[in-house]
Amino acid sequence: MRKVPVGAVYLAGLVPLGWIVWLVVSGGIGVDPVKEIEHRLGKIALWFLFGGLAITPLRRFLRVDLMRYRRAVGLVAFFYVGLHVLVWLVLDMGMLWAQALGDLVRRPYLFFGLAALLLLLPLALTSNTASIRRLGRNWRRLHLLVYPAVALAVVHYLWQMKVVQPQGWLWLAGFGVLMALRAVPRRR
Amino acid sequence: MARNSSHPGWADVTPRAMFLNRRALMGGALAAGFVGPAAARIAATPSPYSTDAAPNTLEEITSYNNFYEFGWNKGDPKANAGRLTIDPWSVEIGGLVERPGSYPLDDVLRAAPAEERIYRFRCVEAWSMVIPWIGFPLSALLDRAGVQPGAKYVAFQTLYRPAEMNNQTALSGIDWPYVEGLRIDEAMHPLTILASGLYGDPLPRQNGAPLRLVVPWKYGFKSIKSIVKITLTEAPPPTTWQRLQPQEYGFYANVNPQVDHPRWSQATERRIGGGLFAFASRQPTQMFNGYGEEVAALYAGMDLRKFY
Ligand code: HEM
Repeated sequence: MRKVPVGAVYLAGLVPLGWIVWLVVSGGIGVDPVKEIEHRLGKIALWFLFGGLAITPLRRFLRVDLMRYRRAVGLVAFFYVGLHVLVWLVLDMGMLWAQALGDLVRRPYLFFGLAALLLLLPLALTSNTASIRRLGRNWRRLHLLVYPAVALAVVHYLWQMKVVQPQGWLWLAGFGVLMALRAVPRRR
Repeated sequence: MARNSSHPGWADVTPRAMFLNRRALMGGALAAGFVGPAAARIAATPSPYSTDAAPNTLEEITSYNNFYEFGWNKGDPKANAGRLTIDPWSVEIGGLVERPGSYPLDDVLRAAPAEERIYRFRCVEAWSMVIPWIGFPLSALLDRAGVQPGAKYVAFQTLYRPAEMNNQTALSGIDWPYVEGLRIDEAMHPLTILASGLYGDPLPRQNGAPLRLVVPWKYGFKSIKSIVKITLTEAPPPTTWQRLQPQEYGFYANVNPQVDHPRWSQATERRIGGGLFAFASRQPTQMFNGYGEEVAALYAGMDLRKFY
């Protein structure tokens, strides 16, 4: 396990994107490629965000230590969030800026997504070693933002559904479990 | 009956022919020319109500459906509707009518000659298509059943058959069966049709076989599918989406670019079929989906922000 280089995580992180590209090229993406791509990217982002949140509990409860991959997982998640928003703006909204902006403030689900993105942004920007050194203790504090960010992302995901589907509740429950595990008191 | 196999019209329509040819090509079985499938074609006369916009392909129309009885994703109805039994089928017509009863499908389809109606179809999710329906005016069927003077609304109900409709479960969060409604003047309007066919063939199951409503100036969810019951009422009937989220979905649900849905701006729409570069096909949404000339009078004096 320890032998797997971190670079492998970045490479693996490109696999879902490669899959989307393949679907587009092979015609398997369906009759509405824009929505399909937008939704897939959002879902992949969510998977990686959850993956990042799973690393601490994995170490604590299952003694699987993936700590050195956490930064890569987080950055891959951010990469997909970025693509997700880009696809929304360019392919979905067709760069109708006025309508896009109007939608951002008027549609709660978009607003929550944007809030999640804005909270993740400083985390991505400070994910380099120099920042970690410079910020010291504050770096850890800053990165607590990941919890509200993912919470907002989950709300965004549930809210964009017309009717919340069982799958949505599962994601919410999953988030609850990841949070609850952190609240388990340490036995001494 | 309104069906025979001799009508050539639709075999010549390009998108379908192209679609089938493309499939043949992909299968490596490039035939010398297009040969129509053996399925019964429906003889239908063209209608002046048809748009001259190019219809979406059969593939687009039949693989991108909101038919939540079969699942949440656009592709689910196509994947899951195959097991639906549509023969025998009958429609229960009741309420304030002179001749209530269970009308077998054949009988329903005899209400009026089949017409080909190429309509714009606008979903509340801000996408749209152009669809060549085969159908007849709902008014013909209602006349046949005999509308009593007291009837002010028409209620519709979709089949409830969990054994064949996999998402008709309590978990789904929707109170099945799906129900919809129209005001009587909307129901009697010549644009309002019952469709039983698509591209000259009987309606595919995922599109609401064997009989569905099509109201082209309203958001798609009003055009209820796989209808088993039609009831004439005096009071406004409940509708599924209004019951679920009354702040988001009204009874009227007329296409209206000026009245935003809380989730989607309705100012523009994406035409399905634009492929990856659908931004080129994002277009302004028209009032009443472009059918204002025909239907605006129905709502004269009404505040459409209030009656959304
Ligand atoms: C952390 C940030 C975000 C995450 C994890 C995320 C995730 C998701 C997910 C999982 C979906 C649903 C996919 C599905 O149904 O399969 C979705 C839908 C969507 N998201 Fe995001 N999202 C984020 C931020 C944003 C932002 C900032 C925007 C735009 C400004 C945005 C715009 C959309 C849109 C337009 C949809 C589709 C809604 C529809 O089709 O009706 N998202 N997102």
